[in-house]
Amino acid sequence: MNATAGMILALAVGTYAFRLVGPALHGRVELPARVRELLSAGAVVLLTALLATGALTEGGGFAGWARAAGVLVGGVLAWRRAPFAVVVLGAAGTAAVLRLAGVT
Amino acid sequence: MRTVQRTHGGAADPRHRDLVRDASLVWVAGGVVGVSFGAIAVTGGLPVWAPVVMSLVVYAGSAQFSAVGVLLAGGGPLAAAATGLLLNTRTAAFGLAVADVLGPGRLARLAGAHLVTDETVAFALAQTDPVRRRAAFWVSGIGLFAVWNVGVLAGALAGDALGDTARYGLDAAFPAVLVALVLPTLRAEARVRRCALPGAALALALTPAVPAGVPVLAALAGLALYGRGEARA
Repeated sequence: MNATAGMILALAVGTYAFRLVGPALHGRVELPARVRELLSAGAVVLLTALLATGALTEGGGFAGWARAAGVLVGGVLAWRRAPFAVVVLGAAGTAAVLRLAGVT
Repeated sequence: MRTVQRTHGGAADPRHRDLVRDASLVWVAGGVVGVSFGAIAVTGGLPVWAPVVMSLVVYAGSAQFSAVGVLLAGGGPLAAAATGLLLNTRTAAFGLAVADVLGPGRLARLAGAHLVTDETVAFALAQTDPVRRRAAFWVSGIGLFAVWNVGVLAGALAGDALGDTARYGLDAAFPAVLVALVLPTLRAEARVRRCALPGAALALALTPAVPAGVPVLAALAGLALYGRGEARA
């Protein structure tokens, strides 16, 4: 087995093990209501952190104005309760148009 | 957004049409990113099977990009695997959060676990009705798995045909997907908001200083602000 295959295998096994923790415990261990509440709050905390870092950063630095402005437009549309498609396409379209206009 | 406000009583399939419509956008975007992943891996010097097999068995976009990035930059397979694993530790928290969404039966759990991604979890948790939660997870998950892998295969075979996907603004689409799915919860639940916003600020502050994957995990420290069990009273 070469090194690339080994890397892929290790990453696959480890990732699946992470993913399986919750589903495997479910039904065997009765989690207290407080813990379940914290778990679903924790998922939203993780998603919020992902969207913030995804909107603003790339490789440890600033991701550029085009992406940030695109996500901001998406956020405003979402706040105004625009349909999902409008939010996503509005964000991508804004970033694409800004890049076309030379904004990075 | 609309999917959140609508809580249907019934579980009839036509009711889930809006789930398919919303998810299909994420599928298209995922497919294009998959093409770019396949292309980057192969033009960087990896054999065609590597991105294709990786996408099937690892199935985690950000971890795949990072691991291949480390590998192509000469960081070595150990560092590549470690980077990808660090990014994927969050899936353990996601798996715990959606464990009751997957459905009964061993097969549903074993297969569902593999489909736990940022997007499927966000889609599922954005629904209030349990039946729609399950439908949202499986509809978005199966579709995303299919388009991601077909996209990666196409990209690996076609090489650099798409060019830079930033041109289409796709890099802004994925954070926007999460905004659309998470905002209703942040708006409605003050206690979650109290944890999530400082958590995100902490993640942003840490990003320049620590390895990829750590900032998002550090955001969980925000849960300390969740407060005691008011909800039980």
